[in-house]
Amino acid sequence: MSHLLEMKNVVIEGLSGRRWQPIVKGVDLHLNRGEVLGLIGESGAGKSTLGLASMAYTRGGCRIASGSIVFDGKDLTKASRSELRNIRGVRIAYVAQSAAASFNPAHTLLKQCVEVPVQHGLMSYQEAAEKAVDTYRRLLLPDPENIGYRYPHQVSGGQLQRAMVAMAMACQPDIIVFDEPTTALDVTTQIEVLTAIKEITRQFRTAAIYISHDLAVVAQLADRIMVLRDGELVEEGETRQMLANPQEEYTRALLSVRKTRRPSNAHALKDDVLLEVRGVSASYGQGVEVLQDINVKVKRKTTVAVVGESGSGKSTLARVVTGLLPPLKGTIVFDGEELPADLKARDRESLRRLQMIYQMPDTALNPRQKLRTVLGRPLEFYFGMKGKEQEDRIIELLDMVELPPEYIDRYPTELSGGEKQRVCIARALAAQPDLVICDEVTSALDPLVAEGVLELLQKLQDRFGMSYLFITHDLATVKAIADEIVVMWQGRIVEQGVKEEVLTPPHHEYTELLLSSVPEMDPDWLDNLLARRARKRARRRPDGGPGRPMRQPAPAASYNR
Amino acid sequence: MAFWNLVRRSPWSARIGLAIIALNVFAAIFAPLIAPYGETEIVGDVWAPKSADHLLGTDQLGRDLLTRLIYGARNTIALAFVTTALSFLVGSLCGFFAATLGGWVDMLLSRIMDIIMAFPTLIFALMVLSVVGTSIPAMIVVIALLDSTRVFRLSRAVAMDIEVMEFVEAARLRGEGIWWIMRHEILPNAMPPLVAEFGLRFCFVFLFVASLSFLGLGIQPPTADWGSMVRENAGAITFGIFIPLWPAAAIALLTVGVNLVVDWFLHMASGLKE
Amino acid sequence: MSPLKELIFKRIAFGALTLAVISVLIFVGVELLPGDLAEAVLGQNATPETVAAFRKELKLDLPAHERYLAWLSDFVRGDFGNSLSNGRPIAGLIGWRFANSLFLAATAAAVAVPLSILLGILAALYRNSLFDRTISMVTLTMISFPEFFIAYILIAILSAELGLFPSISNINDQMPLWEKLYAVFLPCATLTMVVTAHMMRQTRASIINILGAPFIEMAKLKGLKRLRVVVVHAFPNALSPVINVVALNLAYLVVGVVIVEVVFVYPGLGQLLVDSVSKRDIPVVQAAGLIFATTYVLLNLLADVLAIISNPRLRNPK
Repeated sequence: MSHLLEMKNVVIEGLSGRRWQPIVKGVDLHLNRGEVLGLIGESGAGKSTLGLASMAYTRGGCRIASGSIVFDGKDLTKASRSELRNIRGVRIAYVAQSAAASFNPAHTLLKQCVEVPVQHGLMSYQEAAEKAVDTYRRLLLPDPENIGYRYPHQVSGGQLQRAMVAMAMACQPDIIVFDEPTTALDVTTQIEVLTAIKEITRQFRTAAIYISHDLAVVAQLADRIMVLRDGELVEEGETRQMLANPQEEYTRALLSVRKTRRPSNAHALKDDVLLEVRGVSASYGQGVEVLQDINVKVKRKTTVAVVGESGSGKSTLARVVTGLLPPLKGTIVFDGEELPADLKARDRESLRRLQMIYQMPDTALNPRQKLRTVLGRPLEFYFGMKGKEQEDRIIELLDMVELPPEYIDRYPTELSGGEKQRVCIARALAAQPDLVICDEVTSALDPLVAEGVLELLQKLQDRFGMSYLFITHDLATVKAIADEIVVMWQGRIVEQGVKEEVLTPPHHEYTELLLSSVPEMDPDWLDNLLARRARKRARRRPDGGPGRPMRQPAPAASYNR
Repeated sequence: MAFWNLVRRSPWSARIGLAIIALNVFAAIFAPLIAPYGETEIVGDVWAPKSADHLLGTDQLGRDLLTRLIYGARNTIALAFVTTALSFLVGSLCGFFAATLGGWVDMLLSRIMDIIMAFPTLIFALMVLSVVGTSIPAMIVVIALLDSTRVFRLSRAVAMDIEVMEFVEAARLRGEGIWWIMRHEILPNAMPPLVAEFGLRFCFVFLFVASLSFLGLGIQPPTADWGSMVRENAGAITFGIFIPLWPAAAIALLTVGVNLVVDWFLHMASGLKE
Repeated sequence: MSPLKELIFKRIAFGALTLAVISVLIFVGVELLPGDLAEAVLGQNATPETVAAFRKELKLDLPAHERYLAWLSDFVRGDFGNSLSNGRPIAGLIGWRFANSLFLAATAAAVAVPLSILLGILAALYRNSLFDRTISMVTLTMISFPEFFIAYILIAILSAELGLFPSISNINDQMPLWEKLYAVFLPCATLTMVVTAHMMRQTRASIINILGAPFIEMAKLKGLKRLRVVVVHAFPNALSPVINVVALNLAYLVVGVVIVEVVFVYPGLGQLLVDSVSKRDIPVVQAAGLIFATTYVLLNLLADVLAIISNPRLRNPK
C-alpha cells in the first residue's frame, strides 16, 4: 500500500544574506492514513520547516530546493496554485503554535472556522456552522453554541488553541500538521489541548504530524517518532520502541532529560535562615493584590523552588525580593537585617549579596557589550577591581561556568543560548553573592542545554555555598534541584515544605493537579491520567456528569510580565 | 578602515548617496578656495547664459551662479546642520530622560511635546518669525525646537524599548546610577535608529530652511543661500531661463543623497539585529 | 463607558486642549513683541494721540486675560479685527482666500488619495518586484525634493516649454468649474506628487506589516484565494493604519499649500499669510495662523478617531 504522504529527499533552503543555506538537508518522511507522526528536535532542527513543507508551503525567504512531496498520489512540488489551494485547509490542515497571533483579530472564531469549507464550496454556511459547533462540543469548549461568536482576543489561550484545532477539523482533513500547539501554554492547560487533539484525531482517524521539542508530549500522541537535528534525521522508530530502546546517542540524551534528581539537604542546616519574606502583599496598582500574605524562608546553601503557573505571582515575588516592586505590606529580612523595600534605598553591599539571573539570556545581556565589560563592570563596581587583576578574574569566572578564556572579547550575539545563560551566571558569580534569584532560567533553553545549566548551578552551589531562590513553572526542574518547594496559585502559597514532603502524597488539590499534569516519558501517561481523573470525578459526583475535564483554577491574567 | 569595507560592500545607490554628500561637504568647507569669484561680487550681465567664464551663467544681479551655489552650500548646509544638531541635543536628551525616569517627568514632557507636535510646523515658524522678525538665530532656535519634538518621540520610544530589557534591570539591581545606565546600557543600543533619524531629520530641517528662505523669511540677501536663490531668480523661468532650477536641484540632490545613505544604513541595521 | 468611547472622548478632549493652548500661544506670542505693538507699527513719528487711539482699537489698554477672551470670542464669531497694513476687516480678506486654499487642497486630495492607496497596495502585494522597486525609488526621490523644485520643473516643462498650462494660477468666483480646474492644474499636480509620495510609502509599509502577520499565513494555509486573503483578512486590519495615513497627509496637505500658493501666486490663505509675515501685519498673521492650525488639529483629530474606530480589537472589547 502506498503512503498517504511521502516526502523523499526533501531539501529546503533559506536565504541568509545573499546565499541560500540548507535548513532541511534531504529528509525522507512518510505518513500513513490515521497515523500520528511525531517530529522531535531542538530549535534550529528544521522540524517546523519540514512540517510546513508537507503542504508544499515555505515561509518567506525559504524555498523547497529539491525532493518530492507526494500526497495521495500527487507530487505537490509540481502542483499548480489552484491544486495546492484545494489541498491546503481541505485535505491537509495546519495548527500553529500561537493561536493568539494566528487568528485574525478582525473576525469571529466561527467566521474563520466556516470560511474553509464554505470558500472551497464544500458546505453551505449553515452546515459548516453546525459542524463547527459540533466540533467545539467534542473539544469540550465551554458554551459551544455561542463561543464561535466571540473574537479571538475575547477567549483564553487554551480555548483559543482548541478553537484552532476545530478550525483545522472544519473539512475533516486527511492530515493535520500540529506545530508546537502547546508550547506556549501552562501545564494544566496543555493537558486540555493534548486531550482535545488526541480525542479528535482518534475519533476521525485523522493522520497527523505533531511537531514539538518535548519528547514526553509527543510520546502521548505519536505512533512513530522522527528525531531531527540540524536539518537531518537522527533516528526514526515506533514510539514505544524508541522510548524503550533508543539507537542513537542523541536520542538517549533527549530521553534522559529530567531524570536528574538529588536528595534535599534542607534538614542539615535547620535554622540558618538567609532570606525571610514576612507577610508580603504586593500589587501593581489598580487595587488587585498580585501577592497575598507570602511567607518564605530560604536557608543558607539551599535551593528553594517557587512553582506556579502564569498568573501565580511567582515572578512578582522575585521583584519584591529584589526591591524592584516595593510591597504593600510585609518585610524582607536578609541575613538578620530588614532590607529597605525600595531598591534605591538599599546599600551597595546588600545589592551585591543578592543577585539575579533571568529567563531570557538574549535580553539579559547588553548586545553592545563584550563579555569583558559584562563581567568586568560588577568586579569594578563592587570590588574596585581594574586592569590585569580584573582580566584574570574574568577568565577565572569564565572558567567557572565552563567557557573558554578567549570568549572575553566576544559579544553576546556571537554565543549560543546556553552559553549566554552561562555568562549571566558568571555575571551573578562576579558579585560573590549569598543569594541568587533564578527566574525561569532554563525555560527558554532547549532541554539538553537546560540540563547542562542546571548541573552547572548545582556544581556552583556545592562549591561556593550560595542559596538559590528558584522561580519556575517546570516541575521537572524543581524535582531536579530543589531542597524546598513553595507552590503558588493566584498570588497565594498553597503548599510549602521540604521537597520530599511536598512531592509525596497526600497533596494539596492544586499541587496534585500541577504534579499530575507534567508529561512523563510514557506513551500511556495521558490515557492513564485521564482515566484516573475520570474515576476520581465519578467518585465525587455519583451521577457521572458530563464528560468535562476537572475544573481548574482559571488562569488569572498573566502577571509574569 | 571598517568604513571602507562597508562601502565596498554597499549597493550602488548608497555609493551615489555618499558621493553626493562628500561633494557637498567638500564644497561647503572649501568654498572660498574653489569658488571662481566672490560671494557677492557682480561679474556680468543679468541672467547671462552659460559661458567659459560663467559655467552656469549669472543670476538676477549679474553674480556668478556657480560661485553663489558653492557659497550657498556652505551657508544652507551649515545652518541646517547646526539646527539638526541642536534639535537632537534637546530632543534625545529629553526623550532619554522621560524614558528612564518615567512617572510625572515622562507625563509632563510627553504632553508638552504632543501639543507642540499638534502644531503645523511651517505655520508655527511663520508666526514666530513674524513676531520676532527674521533672524538666523531665531530661525535656528524655532526650527530646532519644533523638530526636537519628533526626535523626542523617537528617542523616547527607542529608549523605552531598551529600558524594559533585562540587562537594564540587571544594571539597576547592581545599583548603577541613571547616568551610567543611559550612557552604557541605553545609548549604545539606541545609536542605529538615532543615526538614521539624524539623517532624516537633517533632510527635513534642510528642506524647511530652504522653504523659509524661499518664502523670503530665512537667510537674507546678499548672503548666498539655495532657497533664496530660487526665489530671487523665480521670475526668470517665465522667460524660459531655467536658472532657479539650479539651486532647487542642488537642494533636491543633497536630500536624495542623504536619503539614499539612510536607507542603506537602515537596511544594514535591521540586518545586524537578525 | 465602553473603552472605545472612552478612548475617543479622551482624544477629543486632548484635541480641544491643544486648540486652547494654540490660541493662547498665538495670543501670547504677540504679547512678547519687543516694545509696544502700537509704537512698533506706527513708527517713531506717531503722536501720542494716534498711539493711544491705536492702542484702544487693538484693545491694548485692557489687561491681558480680558483681551485674550475678547479676541477669542470675536474670533469664534468670525470677527478677526482689522488689518494693520490697509485697515480693512480681516474677515473679508480671509474668507474667500481660505475657500480657495481648501479648493486647491481638496482637488489635490481627490487625485492623491485613491492614487496613493492603489499604488501602495500594489507595491506591497508585489513587493520587491520591478514595479515596487521603481516606484519606491521614484517616491524616495519625490519626498527628497522641495515642493518648489517640483513646481518649477512643472512650470519649466508644461508652461514655459510647451505652453500647455498657465504658470500663474489665478482663479475667481466667476470662473466655471472646469476653468478653475485648468487654472489650478500645475499647483494641484505639484501637491499631488508630493503628497502621493508620502502617502504611498506609508500605505505600503503598513500593508506589508499586516501581510507579515501569522494570521495571514494561516489564511494562506487554509487554501484561500489570494484575493480573499487580501480583501477579507488583510484589509480590515490595514484599514486603521491606512485611514490614519490618509488623514495625516490631508493635514499635511492643508499646510503644504502655503509654498505652492506662493510659487503659483495663487490667491489663497497661504499667500496672504506669507505676505503678512513679511509686512508684519500681526492681526492677519494671527487669524490666518489660527485658521491653519485649527484645520490641521481637527484633521489630526479625525485621523486618530477614525483609526480608533476602525481598530477591530477596540471595536469588540472583551
